[in-house]
Amino acid sequence: MKILVCITHVPDTTSRIQFTDNNTNFDKTGVQFVIGPYDDYALARAVELRDQTGGKLTVLNVGEAETDPTLRKALAIGADEAIRINAHPKDSYFVSQQIAHVAKEGAYDLILMGRESSDYNGGMVHGMVGEMMDLPSISPVMKLDIEGNSAKLSREIEGGKEELEVSLPLIVGCQEPIAEWKIPNMRGIMSARTKPLTVRDEATYEAHAAVVSYSLPPAKGTVKLFDKEQVEELVKLLKNEANVL
Amino acid sequence: MAVLIYLEHEEGAIKKSSLEAVSYGKTLAESLGTEALAVGLGSIPTGEWAHVGHAGASKGYHVTDERLNAGVILAHAAAVSQVFEHAGAEILVLAKSSLGDAVAARLSVKLQAALVSNVVALPDLSDGFQVKRSIFTGKAFAVTAVKTPKKILAIKKNILDIRQDTHDITIEKFAVTLGEKAFSAKITGTDKAEGEISLPEADIVVSGGRGLKGPENWGIIEDLAKAFGAATGCSKPVSDLNWRPHHEHVGQTGIKVSPSLYVAVGISGAIQHLAGVNSSKKILVINKDPDAPFFKSADYGVVGDAFEVLPKLTEAIKAIK
Ligand SMILES: Cc1cc2nc3c(=O)[nH]c(=O)nc-3n(C[C@H](O)[C@H](O)[C@H](O)COP(=O)(O)OP(=O)(O)OC[C@H]3O[C@@H](n4cnc5c(N)ncnc54)[C@H](O)[C@@H]3O)c2cc1C
Ligand SMILES: Nc1ncnc2c1ncn2[C@@H]1O[C@H](COP(=O)(O)O)[C@@H](O)[C@H]1O
Repeated sequence: MKILVCITHVPDTTSRIQFTDNNTNFDKTGVQFVIGPYDDYALARAVELRDQTGGKLTVLNVGEAETDPTLRKALAIGADEAIRINAHPKDSYFVSQQIAHVAKEGAYDLILMGRESSDYNGGMVHGMVGEMMDLPSISPVMKLDIEGNSAKLSREIEGGKEELEVSLPLIVGCQEPIAEWKIPNMRGIMSARTKPLTVRDEATYEAHAAVVSYSLPPAKGTVKLFDKEQVEELVKLLKNEANVL
Repeated sequence: MAVLIYLEHEEGAIKKSSLEAVSYGKTLAESLGTEALAVGLGSIPTGEWAHVGHAGASKGYHVTDERLNAGVILAHAAAVSQVFEHAGAEILVLAKSSLGDAVAARLSVKLQAALVSNVVALPDLSDGFQVKRSIFTGKAFAVTAVKTPKKILAIKKNILDIRQDTHDITIEKFAVTLGEKAFSAKITGTDKAEGEISLPEADIVVSGGRGLKGPENWGIIEDLAKAFGAATGCSKPVSDLNWRPHHEHVGQTGIKVSPSLYVAVGISGAIQHLAGVNSSKKILVINKDPDAPFFKSADYGVVGDAFEVLPKLTEAIKAIK
């Protein structure tokens, strides 16, 4: 089976978010970048499936040279080869075009992505790529098994889950508990150095939207504290100030 | 030119977030000098359409095909795109949800319309079409300029009040053509908690963390939630430990909520938990540790043992209601 996993290169979840250049650029100073947390689940499940069924596991990122270490980490976790499409990821539509372009050539049986990226949280790229390639896209998926030419999945819906059966090829947006995150071991890290990482030029596509400026939420006022004997006072504020009762 | 709103419903009941989308769409339509139309798929009773009218839509397209009662992504996308073209709409508005996201993404390609997700305010039309959206799981905002003539806006929950317009809505039954392909993903079963208040839709959420010590202690969380009329949620370790089901887990890797009040009981306030709740209007934290980080992000706090505080708080709410 040929599996493609699309990974993002995003600030660690504990990062402090700040902007520079008059709030027009993300400030990368001191920020540690990681594989997107949901993409990590996708990758972990892909490694398991590849080990079960054999075949080849490719990881893909649309990004500039700075994302190479993130791709190397994915190789250390267990991917067989990496592709980086050398482009600034302008918007989801642009990124999806790049992914679809490469994915069409690769004839993958399964394309796994994260449920959403942790920077822009769109949850859109899998659906867009699905539409561009005329393939079904299912997200957010908590369980994925492959039997022959078909996939059995469990998708989270509000208040529960839904079981699905779909033929391959297929695009899946993954979330926990689809698999346990894998931490690279020494052997993986060593072998990652020699696994192929191909850099490809971007295909020409237009973006649909562009960021004009960034901002941070206003600082919270100070918290109003009570002890257990003062809950009536608190409830009065919930009623009259917060207007929730 | 019109604004079309895609409605989601639970067994025929239009979701509150979809009514918010209707009101958003209507207010936007007014500033563009056009109309707000709505599209609903599957079985929706007439009484429910009246709510859609009061929220701002002047016309509803009802695609009654019962196969659309389930959230079949490809079929929903195909149906909405046919209505969009038929109505000559230019903007599609919908509430962000797991189904809405998937449908919107496919429509964005089908209709060649820019998709902006996590929208938190009405667009600024003074210089083109600029929309503010939430990014980095609520830690920041971005103003995005939309370049395409057709546009799709997926709006965050609880960013505006539902309108109470008085006009009536006219309903047009609309038939769409759906090929076999639209149903290629077969839904073989659903497993859904019945009769619970939906967590992502709830106006008040009461969540418990590891401070509750065990699943046997969830009664006090449920009692408090009941007094508030709230949905219940939990922190990630609580669902990892199987104290609570996975679909209640709130945060960066779980459900993101934006209720009017979020109540956190025995949750320390790790940054990944905050990522799921930071767009709540007000936050109340109950924790026995006065130095718990959550207090820094809270509006109200009770420093004390949850096992003592919760029963008192529950009584006090019942008394005032
Ligand atoms: C990539 C990543 C993603 C993550 N995603 C999420 C996520 O989506 N959601 C999430 O929740 N976490 C997430 N986490 C985990 C997160 O970092 C924290 O570990 C987690 O939120 C802690 O849960 P907690 O507050 O319930 O437990 P703890 O941190 O153990 O806190 C328990 C709290 O209860 C208080 N307490 C104890 N006894 C009492 C009592 N009797 N009365 C009142 N208070 C009491 C304590 O003072 C303490 O503050 C993620 C972590 C990573 C690395
Ligand atoms: N620049 C990118 N390169 C590769 N994959 C991406 C990129 N951006 C998004 N994806 C994939 O699409 C998923 C959803 O992203 P988003 O639609 O931005 O929330 C992510 O979890 C990734 O799997």
